[in-house]
Amino acid sequence: MIDSYLRQSALDHLGLAGRTSEEPEKAAVRLGEKLLPAAVNLRGDVADPAFVAALREALGVEPPSAPNTVATNGEVALLWLGPDEWLALQHGAAPEAEAQMAAKLRDALGDLHAATTEVGEQYVCIHLAGPKAREVIEKGCPLDLHPRAFGGVGHCAQSHLSKATILLHQVSPGEDGEPAFDLYTRRSFADYLWRWLEDAAGEYGVAIVAP
Amino acid sequence: MLQITCPHCGARAESEFHNGGEAHIERPKDPAALTDAEWAEFVFLRDNPKGLLLERWNHTQGCRRWFNVARDTVTYEILAVYPMGSQPPALDPRRYV
Repeated sequence: MIDSYLRQSALDHLGLAGRTSEEPEKAAVRLGEKLLPAAVNLRGDVADPAFVAALREALGVEPPSAPNTVATNGEVALLWLGPDEWLALQHGAAPEAEAQMAAKLRDALGDLHAATTEVGEQYVCIHLAGPKAREVIEKGCPLDLHPRAFGGVGHCAQSHLSKATILLHQVSPGEDGEPAFDLYTRRSFADYLWRWLEDAAGEYGVAIVAP
Repeated sequence: MLQITCPHCGARAESEFHNGGEAHIERPKDPAALTDAEWAEFVFLRDNPKGLLLERWNHTQGCRRWFNVARDTVTYEILAVYPMGSQPPALDPRRYV
């Protein structure tokens, strides 16, 4: 476990907190950063009941075996990344949450053939919502985000957005025409991707919010 | 752009993938025993068929797993997707020559 220190968002220099919109409901796209997520990458065999039980014990969630799906208990979400790989995510937690989550997982997994890696430091989470959120992402991403193809809430996918690697998670259904996505990208792509998104959303009207 | 069906993630655009060249090229068991010509054959020389080609692909921007693809180099049709370490399924490729 590392000592806690002052973590800084990769978008800190953009001063987003000072640019939040007072009338976000008027914009067709709302953009915001979900600050400093706790994230642990998990590898293991989902066919092994002991692995599933260990995750249930440590996180309160079982790893989804269906591709591109998410399991959540409201606090921790497990995103499917590959046939033997998941990402455990927690938002709005204390700075120590990630190390604690990883320690709990290591205790629960014991001698099982599994791996846990703390990766929160590399991820930046950009939240996109609004009636035109889908159109903005589809400008630079080959995925079909229509619920018929993507699956709606509880689905995730790894792809690229304007050449930057992304992990996309739909967090709100958009039945009211307001779908919402959490978009994870690597730290070094964050500045580029934020500017790209703000530019791409410009034609629909974009508001910066604190999600 | 090709649409490639990743065995794990499903159908995705070619831009998410990375081509890994010809499949089923086995590393010589005893490289020291090879002549220069045989080593050059292993390292550099690849088939360039008109028609069926077996190749490796990696879903770089997705699940990052390798798999094999049987593709027609004339029509770009993907005839089969099958796991690493297995032999290609029975195919009935079109013949051009």
